[in-house]
Amino acid sequence: MSTVTEIRWHGRGGQGAKTAALLLAEAVSEAGKYVQGFPEYGPERMGAPVAAFNRLSDEPIRLHCHVSNPNIVVILDPTLIKGSSIVEGLTAEGLVLVNTAQDPAQLRSALGLAAGQRVFAVDASHIARETIGLDIPNMPMMGVLLAVAGVLPREQLRAIIQKQLEAKFKGKRDVAEGNLKAIDRAIQEVRGA
Amino acid sequence: MSRAQQNRVAITGNEAVALAMKQVEPDVVAAYPITPQTDIVQYFSSFVADGEVQTEFVTVESEHSAMSACVGAAAAGARAMTATSANGLALMWEVLYIAAGLRLPIVMPVVNRALSAPINIHCDHSDSMGARDSGWIQLYSEDAQEAYDNILQAVRIGEHPDVLLPVMVCLDGFIISHSLENLKVLDKEQVTAFVGDYRPDARLLDAKRPITVGALELQDFYFEHKRQEAEAMVRSAPIIEAVADEYARLTGRKYSFFEAYRMDDAEVAVMVLNSAAGTARAVVDQLRRRGVRAGLLKLRVFRPFPGAALAEALAGLSVVGIMDRAEGLSAAGGPLFVEVRSALLGRPRHPLVLNHIYGLGGRDVGPDQIEQVFADLLRAAEAGEARQQVTHIGVRD
Repeated sequence: MSTVTEIRWHGRGGQGAKTAALLLAEAVSEAGKYVQGFPEYGPERMGAPVAAFNRLSDEPIRLHCHVSNPNIVVILDPTLIKGSSIVEGLTAEGLVLVNTAQDPAQLRSALGLAAGQRVFAVDASHIARETIGLDIPNMPMMGVLLAVAGVLPREQLRAIIQKQLEAKFKGKRDVAEGNLKAIDRAIQEVRGA
Repeated sequence: MSRAQQNRVAITGNEAVALAMKQVEPDVVAAYPITPQTDIVQYFSSFVADGEVQTEFVTVESEHSAMSACVGAAAAGARAMTATSANGLALMWEVLYIAAGLRLPIVMPVVNRALSAPINIHCDHSDSMGARDSGWIQLYSEDAQEAYDNILQAVRIGEHPDVLLPVMVCLDGFIISHSLENLKVLDKEQVTAFVGDYRPDARLLDAKRPITVGALELQDFYFEHKRQEAEAMVRSAPIIEAVADEYARLTGRKYSFFEAYRMDDAEVAVMVLNSAAGTARAVVDQLRRRGVRAGLLKLRVFRPFPGAALAEALAGLSVVGIMDRAEGLSAAGGPLFVEVRSALLGRPRHPLVLNHIYGLGGRDVGPDQIEQVFADLLRAAEAGEARQQVTHIGVRD
């Protein structure tokens, strides 16, 4: 992994792409790295396509523009996949993380990935419904990121996110626990190709 | 003053601004929400509701009223702040001039956003550039750190007895306001000590020394007062430097009128305000690795305009590209271009000056667009003349 890890999140309004990007940035900052987390604000409504971005680095980050050559693309809604445009600019050894029950090998061809690029899939919506009770797939997809991205040692990042969730859902312990369970299940259930 | 212990945080630009306002804890904040400034007002109202600040928070029905309430509060002797964006700033228009003319050191974060029409909520500098002749000092901020630092310094600059002018602190809407980044912040006690108390010499609510504020001045005195206001803007320059020096001793972060990045032996350079400076810096580094003598001049203080110092800093270049994130609609180039070029006039040697208008309405500005500007500058350097003086980049034909 290069010194700067760039991530592009694709989702629909309400699926938590922005929340995930900001939470991840905060968590990685907590571990002492330099971070950026920001959404692309469009004419947003529930269900409309949205994007969010991360830059995570050992050095101060100067760029203030969208991520156009991501190391990682996270897709919160598989209906956003229309050919390869969603992974545009993905680096040669980039990762694509998808919320889907579909077979990762099939996704590879649907996304038109090159030899060095890898895809990981998990049914994040299913996990979210079972753990949080709502189809908000951002935290299970965070789990996939923890499982495969190597941004930080997995246990370290998980521990920080656990603390963040507990602080964020203070007084709603079941929500924090549900989100954490969603992360852990995705780590277990992720499949790659 | 010894170096302060600082806390490293990861927050958005708007949170950083709200935190600075909380730590300054002005006597009065009067504000009206407008995207992308809204978070600032929202955070600040929570601080008030939670008893974290003793500020009198005035919810008003418009930005015109927000600035009017700040004028009233400041005239009464209070430290007053507000925040706005775009059309909100436009609605304050007449009151901006009144705040400056009455010499009231109100501090106002402006989260830069394009003016309508077409309606747009994203970043450009048409709002604050439009207010450039209103008598406000204008500080620009590359990122959340600079926005935070500028607000603390703005209080000291504006309230200095030699200045007494209102100060705008500009930061890019969404790009900075809604982006979470790392920054270092001071403790409340350190900020309290740095900004000190606001003790105006004359105030409306001092019954022992009654004064008139906002008197009618016709042919007899208006001119004298305007001249004093203009002189205060000139006098603010050394104060801005002195406050920056003191802030540097406290935080280790040194500010000036502008930052010259890799300018010493530069042949071509771009000049830019706010967040695009970071992206431009990355492009300069890349070009330097390829052997191009590229540089960057990031302007922090647009008012007072540091014309002479800028002319000096640009003198050794062959070509400079002035990047404006505001159209100006003057048929003669953007506002930054027009002023920089005029500052160079009359000097024995000066570079060719081109204007590149970019990023209007929040159009994303990546390294590719800035590389395109440099390519244009290098072409002009080689030819000894510009193909075109004003170019819009990153726009469809």
